[in-house]
Amino acid sequence: MSQPSTNKITTAETIAEYLPSSFQNFLIELGSMLQFFIDFFKNLFKRGFEWNAFIRQCFEVGYRSIGLISLTAFIMGLVMTLQSQPTLANFGAESWLPGMVSISIVREIGPVITSLLCAGKIASSMGAELGSMKVTEQIDAMEVSGSNPMKYLVVTRILATTLTIPLLVILSDAISFCGSWVAVNINSTMSAMLFFNKIFAAIEFKDLIPSIIKSILFGFAIGFIGCYKGYNSSKGTESVGVAANSAVVTASISIFLIDMLVVQITNLLY
Amino acid sequence: MDSAIKTGSKTLENNVTSSEYVLEIEHLKKSFDDKQVLKDINLKLKKGENLVVLGKSGHGKSVLIKCIVGLLTPDEGTLKVFNKEITNLNEDELTELRRRIGFLFQNSALYDSMSVRENLEFPLQRQDEPLSEEELTPLIEEVLEAVGLLDAIDKMPSDLSGGMRKRIGLARTLILKPEIMLYDEPTTGLDPITSNEISLLILDIQKKYNTSSIIITHDMACAKVTNDRIMVLKEGEYIAEGSYEELENSEDEFVRSFFNSTN
Repeated sequence: MSQPSTNKITTAETIAEYLPSSFQNFLIELGSMLQFFIDFFKNLFKRGFEWNAFIRQCFEVGYRSIGLISLTAFIMGLVMTLQSQPTLANFGAESWLPGMVSISIVREIGPVITSLLCAGKIASSMGAELGSMKVTEQIDAMEVSGSNPMKYLVVTRILATTLTIPLLVILSDAISFCGSWVAVNINSTMSAMLFFNKIFAAIEFKDLIPSIIKSILFGFAIGFIGCYKGYNSSKGTESVGVAANSAVVTASISIFLIDMLVVQITNLLY
Repeated sequence: MDSAIKTGSKTLENNVTSSEYVLEIEHLKKSFDDKQVLKDINLKLKKGENLVVLGKSGHGKSVLIKCIVGLLTPDEGTLKVFNKEITNLNEDELTELRRRIGFLFQNSALYDSMSVRENLEFPLQRQDEPLSEEELTPLIEEVLEAVGLLDAIDKMPSDLSGGMRKRIGLARTLILKPEIMLYDEPTTGLDPITSNEISLLILDIQKKYNTSSIIITHDMACAKVTNDRIMVLKEGEYIAEGSYEELENSEDEFVRSFFNSTN
């Protein structure tokens, strides 16, 4: 009975020997992430949800990011309009400006830029915080006391980012429109009523759905990667910095990958 | 060779029935990559006994107690806690078992974002039947009084000294009323006076809560105060066992070197 499994191991080991070590490490990391993903879902549905920790995380992730997101969104809308206005004016298409700005912000720029900012702010902070807890054995202490660190630290953080980042994206979109209206009124005059009418007339249901799906996935990816990197950091203070840095880089790359996939899929659907 | 010295993988003297042991380890092995950290460890802990495990840094002492609470999985051997093989337990059973074992970490591992009160409340609020605020307060006050730090109840861990952190760490484990206590170098980094206070506290806890304890240390003053029995590890191998006096006069140079350093 044991012969086939021995053969399998031998074959797998032989294949592994031929793979470059960097690729082997990549596969190991992928496997470890998959296990973390499974653990997250197993703990998500366990009895005794940590409501207090979840609400605190929503406050930390959502409320404390409002200032940063609002400022960058306003500048984003303003600059984008200022840059586009002369080109559209050359074609006599200035009236299309609100529509163009709204579609590009809602479909792409709003979710991606907001999520990239959150990856920098939130994923790094989660990576550093959990990494530090790992290094100082606080996570082990929770485990040996019969508490569930996965439920308390990880589930609450991932759910908080999954819920609050789409809300931040909506806020960011709205403030970008305001920035855009200010930019329009620097060179010409357009009433707020007319501007926002044009903005909302240009947006269709099919623009909103991919944007919301994207934002939810970005939020999940930011929380998941931040927690994964921190929770699995090795011992030593250096690993805290590595976890924070690696969380930002991986979360940023995954935002672009998810963006690419969602755009492809939603283009096929709509 | 001294009668107290036992070499290789011999099991410990067994003149008591198995039910009197709260912990039984046989032929335990653990490796990290190519390095074998624990090589055939055999250990039995009686109810109410304080066992001191001596050994140099990096010789597998902490790995041993991390295996006992399931933080690390042994490669080989049997590890029975309260007569249950720990490697065969599912997640819920392991959680249940861990609530009967207290673990004092070397650096106390206090939750630094929580106050002392919240640190103590944390494990209690995550029991199967969480306690109300009215039930929690007397329990918290009782354990803080036991470690002599009732005044620190609303302080943050960053406001505490090393010795105070150890005491709070101890209080946090005691609040679950463990039957086995595992101390990972409880006096490391403390001055001699505070070290002695912690050692005496370990003895008090043994008497008051009737706990069985494994005390991992290389502090001989702590070992002398707390031990009922001492076991010596060298490079992940069990090399000697006996009372403080027996091992002090051991013929084995490595064993004797621990005692020489204190004289």
